[in-house]
Order: sequence, then C-alpha cells, then structure tokens
Amino acid sequence: MRNYILTVVVLLCSLQISAQDLLAILDKETPKSENIVTSTFKGTRIVNGHSIKNRKSKELEFIIAHRFGRVNTGFYELFGLDRANIRFAFEYGITDDLTAGLGRSSFEKTYDGYLKYALIKQKKGDHNFPFAVSLFGSVAAKSQKAVVGSERTFAESLYYVGQVLIAKKVNASFSFQITPTYVHRNLTAIPADPHDIFALGFGTRLKLNKRVSLNAEYYQQFDKLVSIAARNSLAFGVDIETGGHVFQIILSNAITMIEKSFITESTGNFFNGDIHLGFNLSRTF
Amino acid sequence: MKIIYTLFLFLFVAYFANGQERFLTKTGTISFFSKSPLENIEAENSQVLSIVDAGSGQMAIAILMQSFLFEKALMQEHFNENYVESDIYPKATFKGNIIDFDKISATETPVKIVGEITIHGESQKITIEAIAKKTQVAVFMTGDFYINLADFAVDIPSIVRNKIAQKIKVSFRFNHKPYK
Repeated sequence: MRNYILTVVVLLCSLQISAQDLLAILDKETPKSENIVTSTFKGTRIVNGHSIKNRKSKELEFIIAHRFGRVNTGFYELFGLDRANIRFAFEYGITDDLTAGLGRSSFEKTYDGYLKYALIKQKKGDHNFPFAVSLFGSVAAKSQKAVVGSERTFAESLYYVGQVLIAKKVNASFSFQITPTYVHRNLTAIPADPHDIFALGFGTRLKLNKRVSLNAEYYQQFDKLVSIAARNSLAFGVDIETGGHVFQIILSNAITMIEKSFITESTGNFFNGDIHLGFNLSRTF
Repeated sequence: MKIIYTLFLFLFVAYFANGQERFLTKTGTISFFSKSPLENIEAENSQVLSIVDAGSGQMAIAILMQSFLFEKALMQEHFNENYVESDIYPKATFKGNIIDFDKISATETPVKIVGEITIHGESQKITIEAIAKKTQVAVFMTGDFYINLADFAVDIPSIVRNKIAQKIKVSFRFNHKPYK
C-alpha cells in the first residue's frame, strides 16, 4: 500500500512542472555576461579633478564652471562673489571610452585641451575585476599678456599634465579614486620652482540619497612651487542630479579648475577660510 | 521491485512529456514607452529569455534590467541607478499560465496569459492579452500591456514627475524555438 502511495506522489510530482522550474531553466540559460560597474562617479569631475566618468559616444557636453573669490574677503567683496574665474568648455565623446575636451578659463586667459581614455573597467559577475583605470592627458596654454620685461614665447606658456585615474565603486553609495599625477611647466617664475611636480590625488563620493552625493578631493604634492608658497588642493562638492544633467556645488581652496593650476598653484588655506565657492553646470546635446 | 520499475517508467514518461515540449528564446524583445507632455521615453531590450511549456501551458520570462537600451545614455543610467535599482534587483521576471494553450493554432490566435510579474522586487498579479501562433517548431507570442509604476514601488521624484508617465506601456515579442 505504501508503495502505491509513493508511486502516486512521485507521478504527481514529476508531471507537475511548476513555473518556478521554468524560471530556473531561464537562470541556467542566461548567457554569461560582462557586468560593467557604472556610476562610480556621476560627474566627469569628482570636484575639480577628473573622475573616471567619460562622455558617451557622440555626446557633446557644454560646461560652464565658476569659482568665486574667497569667502573670507568679507561683506565688501560679498564673500567673494565680486570676483569670479569662469571656464567654458566643450567636451565630446569620440567613443564610449575616449573623451576629448577644449576649454578656456578666464584666469590668466588660459586655453586647455585634454584627452581621457578608459583603459580598464571595473566588472562584477562572471568576469570580475575589482577596479577601473583611466588615462588622462592635458595641455594648457596661458595667453595672458606678459608684463614688459618678462615676455615669454608660446612654448614657454605651455603646461602638461598626465594622470592615471584608479577608481573603485565599493558599493552603491561609496566610491573612491586614487590619482597619481605629473605636472610639467616649461617656464617657472623663479629658478627655485620645480619644472616637474608629482602629486597623488585622493577623491571620494558618498551617496546621501538617490540624487544627492557628497564628494571630496585632496591632492598631495611631493614638490611645490616656492615662488607662490603653493599649498595642497582640498575641495568638497555636492552633486545634485536633475533629470538631464548633474549640478555640482563646490567649496575649494583653488580658484582655478584645470589640473596644472589647482593641483600646483593653489595658495589658499582652506581652514583659514580661503574658500572659493563654485559650481559646475553642464548641458548635454 | 515491480513498483520501482513502474516508478522509473513514470519518471521516464514524465521526463519526455516535459522535456520534449518546451520552447525557449534568448532573444525575445521587450520595449516600454512612457508618454508625457514634456518627454517621451522609450527603451528596448532584445535579450529577454522566455520559456513556454507546451505540456502545461506554463510560461516564464526573465529580463535583465541592464540590457534595456535608451536613446540617451543618461536616461539609461538613471533608469538603472535611481528607478529600478538594477544593482539590487538585476532581473524582472514573469511566471504564469497561458489559458487554453491547446487551442492556439498555426494562425494568429488571441490568448490570455495570467500570472505574476516581479519588477524592482515587487510582485503583482497580471492578466495579459496576447496574440499567439503555434507550430511543431515554434511558439510565437506578441502583445502589450500597461503597468503602474506605483505598483512596483518605483519612486518618481517631483522634479521629473511630469516627464515620466505613471502608466507605462510594455510591448513584447517572443519567438520560441524547441528547447532540449
């Protein structure tokens, strides 16, 4: 008798194919895919410096960024708002992995161009890779007229920057980036100033909620410009995502927004109130 | 001992009854369309897995959310990061029954599919009207239906509320082939 019951049970079980089994088959049949980690950073900049984020292929972005004067200049200067350094730039995705940018800063009337290439991507799942690596290179040309007696050639107006951006998205709300940096200037103000400066950048993004994140960035220089008593760059930013773009509000000890400048030419002491309020606005076409 | 043989026989028969009559596709298409006065948003995923069991009329669908392609890269990023949270909920699934599966012919036949759809970790009962065709070597199904974003706990912030429709039109197209 027991055997008959067993038979009936097995029969029923084997004939009944539950939809759950079908889902299990689909799981098994799902092709192994590369799962590239996205949104490590939301903006192409962490605060001032570049993040590993690239523009997508054929995407053109127009960026307007401002840094106002120092907040500790007081009410007469309206806490720095009377002065501003502005940078306009067009940034374009040549491919999903290669972005090019052309910009102009009002500070020292500087033109800059850069290329950023996503070399290695962070992946999870079947082809796990723990971090992402991008390469960045830029050239800046100062076009502000020199004072009489210290004229310079075009070559002497040039600056070069090379960076390796190494970033990891730890989880949905925390990402960080380490950025070894090399800055070269063809002309220095005094012989004691180094032509080559190495620096190490640290950047991080902490997501506060779905649309707001807090970013921080610090560049430690291993050699400094003595003529201007340069300090290390420190900046904090808030990313706010609105439907079409990312809006960044920034507090920085640098008034400039290009690598050669904010990394090696910052003179402000953040903790003495030498803080520049700023924002990055972008519009994608 | 006889019983054991009988058992094996049943299992064998059951295996054939099930195993031989399943139809699968890995290249099914699901697209959705959000229509609003300010912006139309459209996305398509053509790597949808779907399986039909011809013996029982049961059906299951698995959709990788990251495989939805949008016109704008930023939309796709927002879709994955903020709306469906595909880091946490990588897949949407459906499981259910095709009513009167036996009556589907080689010409287009209207059918009802009743089951449960899971998106963003939230499950809802749903009845979908579809058009189906069935031959020895293929089960074809196409149709569309509407889903309510609120039913799946997809939060739309007020700033984009008039850019995203509350009701989203979902269209599907599956051409299942025999699965062995």
